[in-house]
Amino acid sequence: MHPLSSRSRVVVNKTMTFWERLYLPAIVGGLWITFRHFFYKKVTIRYPEIKRIFSPVYRGLHVLKRDDLGAERCTACGLCAVACPAEAITIDAAERKPGEEGLYREEKYAAKYEINMLRCIFCGLCEEACPKQAVYLTDRIVPSSFERQDFIWGKEKLVEPVEPEKRVDVSIRHYFQKEA
Amino acid sequence: MLFWIEKISLVVLVFCVTLVIAMYATLAERKFAAFFQDRIGPDRAGPFGLLQPLADGIKFFFKEEFIPANADRFLFVLGPCLSMIAACMTTAVIPWGHDIVIFGQTMALQIADLNVGVLYLAGVVSLGVYGIMIGGWASNNKYSVLSAIRASSQMISYELAMGLALIALVMHTGSLSLREIVQAQHGGHWNVFFQPLGFLLFLICSFAEANRVPFDLAECETELVGGYHTEYSSMKLGFYLFAEYINMFIASAVMSALYFGGYHFPGLYHIGLSDNSAALVGVGVFFLKIAAFMFFFIWIRWTLPRFRYDQLMRLGWKILLPLAIANMIFTGFLSLLLG
Repeated sequence: MHPLSSRSRVVVNKTMTFWERLYLPAIVGGLWITFRHFFYKKVTIRYPEIKRIFSPVYRGLHVLKRDDLGAERCTACGLCAVACPAEAITIDAAERKPGEEGLYREEKYAAKYEINMLRCIFCGLCEEACPKQAVYLTDRIVPSSFERQDFIWGKEKLVEPVEPEKRVDVSIRHYFQKEA
Repeated sequence: MLFWIEKISLVVLVFCVTLVIAMYATLAERKFAAFFQDRIGPDRAGPFGLLQPLADGIKFFFKEEFIPANADRFLFVLGPCLSMIAACMTTAVIPWGHDIVIFGQTMALQIADLNVGVLYLAGVVSLGVYGIMIGGWASNNKYSVLSAIRASSQMISYELAMGLALIALVMHTGSLSLREIVQAQHGGHWNVFFQPLGFLLFLICSFAEANRVPFDLAECETELVGGYHTEYSSMKLGFYLFAEYINMFIASAVMSALYFGGYHFPGLYHIGLSDNSAALVGVGVFFLKIAAFMFFFIWIRWTLPRFRYDQLMRLGWKILLPLAIANMIFTGFLSLLLG
């Protein structure tokens, strides 16, 4: 019969030679192997100082984007909340008042936008559902905390800063979304 | 009076040095384990993780002190104490260096120069198993008892071969005093060259006596949970773990003294140092040899797997013991032949 893979080995139950039964040569060989590892490159990444590069498709902490003029893109349509399989998103909608055009892009906006980070499974369906390209998952990590309440992220933490240099870069996500 | 001050200060010094070395042996173990596995190891507490042993010690003190309900309370506490005491007692007969002269007084760098030092050594080392046995038995836990039984039977099996290896050494040097054995190795006449097989046997038995891998069946996690210290917590557990490192240190010191010339190294007395500084350099050399052996202990631990129980017994009784007897007879025969 032909072997199914190149990795099959014929087992031989032969008795060990005297040299093999001495064990000491084998032990010295083993010591040599471990000693070589002493000088190998260490695989450890010293985490807080050095951060590992995420893959482009990594889905971490969410961000609520603003448009180029600094107005919030979200129009509180609720599609993300509907799409969310973990039911982690809560939205309260409100109507834009005259004079708030610089703050909100559409006539309707989210007065409350909360994501429960303990419920969220980071599937990215909210991002896919969003027709206004307002919500994205970034390569950031949700910080740990001792309190459950700290994991409910409201708008004050989710919406990106107005200043152009402090905006959150999601161009990679954007690229992949188009591909899909 | 002066004699007592001298001796007591030496005892305190040796005790402190032993404890500090055992402390840092735990760090070295973790660091080297990491290096052997391509990791970095503890490096957060202090520069290069040098305060790690301190942090571990503090953690041990703050852990809950727990004694199982049906345990024998007296013996339960006695176990780790005995382990620790037996481990520390061995340091008494080890010659750390040449005599030094302070203010016209000759001071021996050895706590007690027993004329039966080797015998004392063998005796105290075998006492160490009582700590494990008592602790394991008093825990009222089947795993602890199994481990205690293993430890004691292992101790008995390997002490025989170790004793016979020592007898061959004593036949070669003609003295039971550790100081005289070290003195006889002056000028590069290290015993390891005359007793290579004896050294190998002694080395293997030291691993068994110190309960180190590949002979750490007493604390075999895969079979016995934690072994004899399954039920121990807080500093009582710390004592057991600490005693293991002290034993390792002592075994290294004994091997360096008996087989590797102790505080001698070839050419030490030809560099032109004064007697006192030569003695101090000798102490440094002795500690270097000890450090090398301790590294070897750690190196072996992260290389070899653990023996199976029957393999352990077969190695002890069927291989090491006959070899030790053959070595003894051969040594006796040779010394008779060469006068």
